Amino acid sequence: MINDADLLVNDAHWAFGTGFEDPLAGVDTTVPEGVDAAGLARCCLMLGDDALVLSQRLSEWCSRAPDLEEDIALSNIALDLLGQARLLLARAAAADPSLVPVLPEDSPVPAEDALAFFRDAGQFRNVVLAELPNGDFAETVTRLLLFSTWRLEVFEQLVTHADTVLAAVAAKGRKELSYHRDFSARWFVTLARGTEESRRRVLTAVDALWPWWSALDVPAEVDVVLEQVFAAARVERPEVPPAEDGGREGGHTAALTDLLADMQSVARAHPRGLW
Amino acid sequence: MTVLTKTGEGAAALASELARAREVAETVVDPELPMLTLADLGVLRDVALTDGTVVVDITPTYSGCPAMATMRDDLVHALHREGFADVRVRVALSPAWTSDWISERGRAALTEAGISPPGPARREGPVLLALKPARRAIRCPLCASADVELTSEFGSTACKALYRCRACLEPFDHVKEI
Ligand SMILES: [Zn+2]
Repeated sequence: MINDADLLVNDAHWAFGTGFEDPLAGVDTTVPEGVDAAGLARCCLMLGDDALVLSQRLSEWCSRAPDLEEDIALSNIALDLLGQARLLLARAAAADPSLVPVLPEDSPVPAEDALAFFRDAGQFRNVVLAELPNGDFAETVTRLLLFSTWRLEVFEQLVTHADTVLAAVAAKGRKELSYHRDFSARWFVTLARGTEESRRRVLTAVDALWPWWSALDVPAEVDVVLEQVFAAARVERPEVPPAEDGGREGGHTAALTDLLADMQSVARAHPRGLW
Repeated sequence: MTVLTKTGEGAAALASELARAREVAETVVDPELPMLTLADLGVLRDVALTDGTVVVDITPTYSGCPAMATMRDDLVHALHREGFADVRVRVALSPAWTSDWISERGRAALTEAGISPPGPARREGPVLLALKPARRAIRCPLCASADVELTSEFGSTACKALYRCRACLEPFDHVKEI
């Protein structure tokens, strides 16, 4: 006979329990003297939202990628970005608690989750490049190449930031991002020099993404790396006028609204739920 | 509580308490790689005794590592069991953990368990673009043959790659260099 209690999921089934606790637990989060706390929080929110939104997009590939190896790779990249997002949103909340949506007094939702699940699209600060639908595998790889090359360079610069928490998040993240960049660069070259069809798809992806890419203010070092990848792939970078990207001020496309509706529905339906 | 002074007997007692706390902390193992202690993994950074509180410093192996909470709890429980009532675990994010911190004893324990230990990690400085997958110079942990092939960049966990030995045909995990 099966006992009811045996059917209930208990913590023992999970390698690390079911509690998702503060990713900065045990870390000294005092904002160092001379660092503008509100500015630091805004910066962490932008970088955290970029990672959270692209992570959610990439996770849509889980169980749908062309083969198992790429499926696991994309899921792991999504997990890396989610790890970065958790640290950055927790950092933003600790530096400027006024950013965190106000929930009922007895709400068990931690600050990072309040930021992720209880803000509307207009309060998100990610760039539009991160929220665009995945498209096909070629478009996913092309977006990841642009995004991770850019983010890696930003993190290289943040390693020396005066806020030691942000600097440490960057130092950790750069190792992850260099893998994301190399993974997507290899696929970009492989597809661009593969069959007529795979090349056509890469060129279509580049054309579709380029207005959103050229809207961004990226450091010059990023171009040097992209130049190498595009040369190896024998792909020209298009000359197109930049799109109008209001993401950093909360101006987003309908794609973000759809993504958030999906991502936030469970947390909002059970605001007192414990996970 | 006995007030310990820093002279004579007091200092000696304090030093031996610290040594004992350190010994206990060093026996705690990693939840994912139980053949490794946190000390062998390089996650355990420091053990100190301040005003009767044992202060343990640990560092996460990667961003948002889900095993951190378990490691913290295991350290606290182990020290409580050995009679240390006040225990505080601090998490140091910087400097970032690297697989180079895995001790020689840890590497031997990995090989013994059929897992290939990581080679040297990349040094600091900008990360150069690599359009070809990294070729690792590694040996089969079972038969020591260097004739091995990569099956998948992700093995049983994200921090391991899956290889196959062409000599003895056995598959094995390799802890990645970071
Ligand atoms: Zn072998």
